[in-house]
Amino acid sequence: MTAYFDVIVNFGLPLMLLIVAYSVGTYLERKHFEDIRAREARLQGFPVISFGTVPADWKITSTELVAGSVVVSLDYFKRIIASLRGLIGGRIKTYEPLLDRARREALLRMIEDAKGRGYDAVVNVRLETSRLASARRNGKGTAGVEMLAFGTAVSFAGR
Amino acid sequence: MAAQSKYPIVLSNIESVPGREIVEFYGVVTGNTVRAKHVGRDIMAGLKNIVGGELAGYTELLQESRQEATERMIEQAQSMGANAVINVRYATSSVAQGAAELFAYGTAVRLA
Repeated sequence: MTAYFDVIVNFGLPLMLLIVAYSVGTYLERKHFEDIRAREARLQGFPVISFGTVPADWKITSTELVAGSVVVSLDYFKRIIASLRGLIGGRIKTYEPLLDRARREALLRMIEDAKGRGYDAVVNVRLETSRLASARRNGKGTAGVEMLAFGTAVSFAGR
Repeated sequence: MAAQSKYPIVLSNIESVPGREIVEFYGVVTGNTVRAKHVGRDIMAGLKNIVGGELAGYTELLQESRQEATERMIEQAQSMGANAVINVRYATSSVAQGAAELFAYGTAVRLA
């Protein structure tokens, strides 16, 4: 009886955790991507540029610094896959969509913030990525990854 | 959001403020803050780590911290007599386990 119990605790629980992490994580990711695509489509006409010079024919009336950020983390299943991938090297496909959706989410939040406050464009957009160290495992683990997007929102009269 | 402030000062991350003229430079101003996560947030984040996705508690924490760093930078700029900070940059670094430094810097200027 105790032998069965041991097997369940040692293999059953991590396996269940893997299955839950995989199904819920994948579902959440798909939902998030759908949401991002819908919002990106809505904001398509809004000028967002990554350089600082404003076209000469824009008569700027006001400016403000805007920012958007998000902290994300990998799900348990993907972390396991990534650590296995670390053994043989190569492209870690499980990380790519995570960072991609985080970056797009941060950009969207910045743009929505600018638009919501009545600005017409965001110039000199900068993107930054930073890792949050975990309090566990002597700070070597990763608690999450922060994506920050910031830029100067401008509004102009008569373009 | 990180950039909003209670002070009437113009912030920009370009080397100028579009549509305004700079009449005086005061030099670099900085602001920083070191924050640790509190236990409750860490536990929630630990749970969220299983399914992945956004860790809203951390997002909020970092936004608050960045806001504070920005405000310290602004206070320094105002004490110099500036009414704008241009070329603002943000930096984040993990200094100790469970803590992060948020750092904001820019050039204090006076606009006409």
